[in-house]
Amino acid sequence: MAVTLVVNGSLHQVDAPPDEPLLYVLRDRLELTGTKYGCGEGQCGACTVLLDGDPVRSCITPASAATGKKITTIEGLGNGEHLDPVQQAFLEAEAFQCGYCTPGMILSAVAMLRKSKTKLTDKEIISHMNGNICRCGAYGRILEAIHAAANMSRSTVDAKR
Amino acid sequence: MRSVDREAQQHEVTPLQHGFDLGRRDFFKLLGGGMLVCVAAGRAVPQESGRGGFQRHEMPNTLDSWLHIGENGKVTVFTGKVEVGQNARTSLAQQVAEELRVPLDSISMLMGDTDLTPFDMGTFGSRTTPQMGSQLRKVAASARAVLIQMAAEQWQVPEAGLIAEDGEVRDPKSQKSISYTDLTHGQKLMKVIAAEPPLTNPNDWTIAGAGVPKRDGRDFVTGAHKYASDQIRPGMLYGKMVRPSAFHAKLTSCDTSAAEKMPGVTVVRDGDFVGVTAPDLMTAERAASAIQAKWDAPQQVSEKDLFEHLKSTEEKPTEGRDQIVKGSVEQAGSGSAKTLQQTYTVAYIAHTPLEPRAAMAEWNSGKLTVWTGTQRPFAVRDELASAFHMQEENVRVLMPDTGSAYGGKHSGEAAVECARLAKAAGKPVRLVWTREEEFTWAYFRPAGAIEVKSAANPDGTLLSWELDNYNSGPAGMGTPYEVPNQRIEFHPADSPLRQGSYRGLAATANFFARESHMDELAHELKIDPLEFRLKNLKDERLRGVFQAASERFGWGKNQAAKNHGFGIAGGIEKNGHVATCAEVAVEKGQVKVLRVVEAFDCGAVVNPQGLRNQISGAVVQGLGGALFEAIHFENGRILNPHLAGYRVPRFTDLPPQVDVVIVNRKDQPSMGAGETPLVGIAPAVANAIFNASGVRLRSLPMVPKGMPAVS
Repeated sequence: MAVTLVVNGSLHQVDAPPDEPLLYVLRDRLELTGTKYGCGEGQCGACTVLLDGDPVRSCITPASAATGKKITTIEGLGNGEHLDPVQQAFLEAEAFQCGYCTPGMILSAVAMLRKSKTKLTDKEIISHMNGNICRCGAYGRILEAIHAAANMSRSTVDAKR
Repeated sequence: MRSVDREAQQHEVTPLQHGFDLGRRDFFKLLGGGMLVCVAAGRAVPQESGRGGFQRHEMPNTLDSWLHIGENGKVTVFTGKVEVGQNARTSLAQQVAEELRVPLDSISMLMGDTDLTPFDMGTFGSRTTPQMGSQLRKVAASARAVLIQMAAEQWQVPEAGLIAEDGEVRDPKSQKSISYTDLTHGQKLMKVIAAEPPLTNPNDWTIAGAGVPKRDGRDFVTGAHKYASDQIRPGMLYGKMVRPSAFHAKLTSCDTSAAEKMPGVTVVRDGDFVGVTAPDLMTAERAASAIQAKWDAPQQVSEKDLFEHLKSTEEKPTEGRDQIVKGSVEQAGSGSAKTLQQTYTVAYIAHTPLEPRAAMAEWNSGKLTVWTGTQRPFAVRDELASAFHMQEENVRVLMPDTGSAYGGKHSGEAAVECARLAKAAGKPVRLVWTREEEFTWAYFRPAGAIEVKSAANPDGTLLSWELDNYNSGPAGMGTPYEVPNQRIEFHPADSPLRQGSYRGLAATANFFARESHMDELAHELKIDPLEFRLKNLKDERLRGVFQAASERFGWGKNQAAKNHGFGIAGGIEKNGHVATCAEVAVEKGQVKVLRVVEAFDCGAVVNPQGLRNQISGAVVQGLGGALFEAIHFENGRILNPHLAGYRVPRFTDLPPQVDVVIVNRKDQPSMGAGETPLVGIAPAVANAIFNASGVRLRSLPMVPKGMPAVS
């Protein structure tokens, strides 16, 4: 049984049952271990990846549901030496302690920021990010980092215009 | 007995018979030439202050290697402490760079590898900063002295005039300078340190004391960091355990035939140990669930009978160990004195580290190597050696920086299980516990009941203080207030659930009881809660944080809005001084924490950025146990072993305002800050809820289903 997946811009033929969780395919078969197991129940957000830009919980998403879609994992963000603005903002705000939730947090934030056209309020960010748990409790800094990333992205867009 | 001893004892530390002694040549092979700085094993700053049971045996012929100054200019520091998010990797590196006088980025920290780092009891008890920090500072300062001596010999000048700075030794007179690299180039020097060197005064710190960024930050934001659960070995298999139906259950029958027929599956059965390995995780899961196991479980105490059970199984406190007695409480509290008696309770809670227990085990010619997330790599090595009847030197445990622990990863269950599976499979195996396993088969923060009885004069002077803690633990049970008559006792009891250490240990429970009770007394006496505390408080540093927090909060200046309330709490634990103020709103039966100010004094601050992160994170984590976290159980089974049923703080629980006030006491030794910032929040919130609503909540969690209906 093979599943065809496009991960971070590369095409992969993976010898896996179609109902295998996308999380296992990414971590174990493609060795993209930046995507984390946290609960296996879609409750914590540690396994968040993007499917065509939408955040999904890869632990409860069968691999077959990702065929024909563009999968983005934490390894697919940024460009070599250049971090994505959200990664950069998390790094600068030091919005983590153990860092285990960080990839999922960043991808959830990326999905939100790519879709938002206006400046997000705290309330909107909190509501969007509430499915991602940071057990170390660094939510304050994460919020700060997301605001900073939003400003960075906007200034990049402005610069391009 | 000190809490760290008790904490260690809970996990049965086996005294070490043999110290690891990697040949010095092996270190040079690993790291290249240069200078290796050693200390006679066990002669370094002792891990323990003389409690025989936990000290390694004397090994006069063995040396511990702490520091390698490479001929390439790289400095490697060896420590058995581990990084679990508390920022020890960064703060320890800062302290070495400071004393050695080298740039921070020349330092690499080798942590928690039982083959390469000196023995360490574990990363707990907020001891990394006060103990390992000062140990490494001494080693680095000694190394600096040696380097100065080498330069002096080379130049034929007195040592006294030479300066070490930025990785080199300079002679201001002759304007000569030589780098550490050149001093050690082409050599394999081994220097043994005996005497204690003078250390740099925190007032003169330039690298320590600075808010430098967390090490490896980039790897965390790119997903490049490899946690224990991310380890990959060639030809590895995936493990999965078959769990008993309830705690203390015995296996009565086990049909493994269906699982054995699955391709690539190995079933491992050894007594009541049942597990599988498979070429992929999903096959391992399917094989494990195909095993028909029958278990016989005994009747066990359920949650509804918990506190009655704890009280009925209490043991008498050991005199002098679990007891604080001053004056005579029998004599106090007569006449016009105000007396008060109340009971407070705390539930079992789960650490819920976002990375569950995980291990990768590999056997190679009779030697076992395990990568695992643990706060105590050496204790896990001993557990493995004991489980497999091996010599400790044939077991190596490596601890990759881990997805948090909070006191919950002292033990090596996953490591032992994984090693057993790998042994049977003959291949490397990775085992990652599921969230449900982590919620069930790890251990919990102890539940407990705490009775407090007090008396005070009408003017607010405390007369007597009695506290009985059943099962939750003795940490932080003493009172920092001046009370002439005291009887404070910890009563161990029979815990229906497996329990162990948790960030801050029982200080959370004991602070909750004490600081709630102080608030109740203040209310009875009609005295402002802060004024009441300060009236009975002499400790200058605790007064300092109370003042710092209350000033920032505006205590006594502002009036709480309708349905809002203010609360304050504080205390001293593990040499950390904490004071917390909270503002809550109690509306429509819901409690919302709006504002928290926490002042903290842990002596000379090593990294203010990291410290702020720890304090604000601890406040958020502490809100979980204060408001809604609780493990529910019945007859040997956990009823809510999922994040859907066990609520942890989320973004929506973040108070809109969390202010951290750091009281940086450069005149005081640096102390740990991973735990004590957690323990003030529950009572501060409880007191604020009372102030807002007139309802006194005496059980943690306080509002798992919103405010209780008021009769």
